[in-house]
Amino acid sequence: MDKIYAHPKSLRDISTHYCPGCGHGIAHRLIAEAVDELGIREKVIAVAPVGCAVIAYDYWDFDCSEAAHGRALAVATAIKRVRPGNIIFTYQGDGDLAAIGTNETIHAANRGENLTVVFINNGVYGMTGGQMAPTTLLHQKTATTVSGRDEKIHGFPLKISEMLALLPGVKYIERTSLHSPQEIIKTKKAIKQAFSNQLEGVGFSMVEVLSPCPTYWGLTPAKALDWIRGTVIKEFPLGRIK
Amino acid sequence: MVREKRQKKVLMSGNEAIAEGALQAGCCFYVGYPITPQNELIGYMSVHMPGRGVFIQAESEIAAINMVYGASAAGVRAMTSSSSPGISLKQEGISYIAGAELPAVIVNIMRAGPGLGNIWPAQSDYFQATRGGGNGEYRCIVLAPSSAQEAFDIMPVAFNLADKYRNPVIVLGDGMLGQMMEPVQLPPCALRPAAGEFKKPWALTGSQGRKQNIIKSFYMREGELEEANLRLQKKYAQITKDEQRYEEMETKDARIILVAYGSMARIVKSAVKSLRAKGIKAGLLRPITLWPFPVKAFQQTNRQTDKQINYLTIEMSYGQMVEDVRLTVSGRARVDFLGRSGGGVPSEEEIIKKAVELYG
Repeated sequence: MDKIYAHPKSLRDISTHYCPGCGHGIAHRLIAEAVDELGIREKVIAVAPVGCAVIAYDYWDFDCSEAAHGRALAVATAIKRVRPGNIIFTYQGDGDLAAIGTNETIHAANRGENLTVVFINNGVYGMTGGQMAPTTLLHQKTATTVSGRDEKIHGFPLKISEMLALLPGVKYIERTSLHSPQEIIKTKKAIKQAFSNQLEGVGFSMVEVLSPCPTYWGLTPAKALDWIRGTVIKEFPLGRIK
Repeated sequence: MVREKRQKKVLMSGNEAIAEGALQAGCCFYVGYPITPQNELIGYMSVHMPGRGVFIQAESEIAAINMVYGASAAGVRAMTSSSSPGISLKQEGISYIAGAELPAVIVNIMRAGPGLGNIWPAQSDYFQATRGGGNGEYRCIVLAPSSAQEAFDIMPVAFNLADKYRNPVIVLGDGMLGQMMEPVQLPPCALRPAAGEFKKPWALTGSQGRKQNIIKSFYMREGELEEANLRLQKKYAQITKDEQRYEEMETKDARIILVAYGSMARIVKSAVKSLRAKGIKAGLLRPITLWPFPVKAFQQTNRQTDKQINYLTIEMSYGQMVEDVRLTVSGRARVDFLGRSGGGVPSEEEIIKKAVELYG
């Protein structure tokens, strides 16, 4: 009988600290599968974020560095410049990539750094208790927008992927989601594409992944997926952006 | 151009001497952001680093220090330079570098503060450099050259100490040192360490043929951070024991020891000569490592028991290093202070006047 399934070598066979229904575990696994399938596990250097996924390096089995909150793309830029033969990716949340680290994000993209970025957009700050993120939807209730996000006070959901798409240094951006098996398969394909781009020297490639945070959305895991399907993708439409 | 000049004396600014010293020490990653009075340093690196390593002009001081973190994590000798307000921006990154135990060299060509202050030389970042301006309990080794030649010579020392202890090293100069043109004797060959002298098995290179490497300063599980912090403290104790550096001039029979570092010590040197000419037994003690503070220099037997000795600390600040002098002397001798900051530099005349007034 042919073996058609195995645990990815790049992912440790241990349970994670994530909440039930969280998207991080799925995203970690998709990255691990993509890395294994491309045969780059021993070349990969990951830069982990500050946020819920800070200890991603305990789950992945390849070289990893932490970065200060928002600075992942500065750290990754230097690693790639020093070691152009390695495959470097950052894994960042919305607060990390699109609030505190916006400057590092825009300038790494604008320099056209040959890097892969996996951007997890769940619309809240998870680790600190579900506060408003730059990507929080209008009227969405969070720990710091208890009556819902009001554009007059809090501004609008930040579409950083569309902003980055304007930069000539950016070669590939796709927005995907984890709300169904079909979308998960598409997410993996996009992540693999973003790694392949780096292998081929194409340039800055980013996958924005809409990811559920049932705990801070105040929804059950199943309802959280429905919310992405019915609401989030209206503000953040899926598909190739660049 | 530099290659032709290498074996002779060349005229360089302190900023250029630091850059050339770093290159000869095997620094192959430089990242900076323009700020006066250190612009000659980033300028020199932009011309001379390409071909030898990576030069990046970063989008901010914050990005710059985090790039140093990344390059060092990847195993190369990395540095950044800036001046006071820019160094303030780097403090978070320096704390992470110290916490992750990465080697790094950070040059601060101090200007006057607080805030935007002005671009005149100052020594008002002593506390920030020696106490650590970032969060948590960490120490940076702090080296304070006082001439362009010493600035050049100290760069290999800075990189070696950084690699040896896996710790950030700050080279603390001031606008006067950075801008002043002086002859610098360049050695006939590069000063980089021999291959294999500083092995970095912890570096991120891809996990081929070995287990995963992780660079981090986050310890979530109970007891882990305490263990890591104790490891740091042990390292700092070792550095304190082994790495104190200082220079003495005319201290053997001195009744007044003037204590000054960096550019300030140059002026104090002249003052000591003039005081000697007046028959006052003055000497100079110049700390080269500001952390670890050269306690040993103050602990020599004759000074410990001789209450006749007075210390006069001179700084381009309103009294920062003098606190370390007082802690070290610990009431055994009188410690006086003269300082200016905000653009003013204590002159030779002011120093002589103060010394005569106090002890003449």
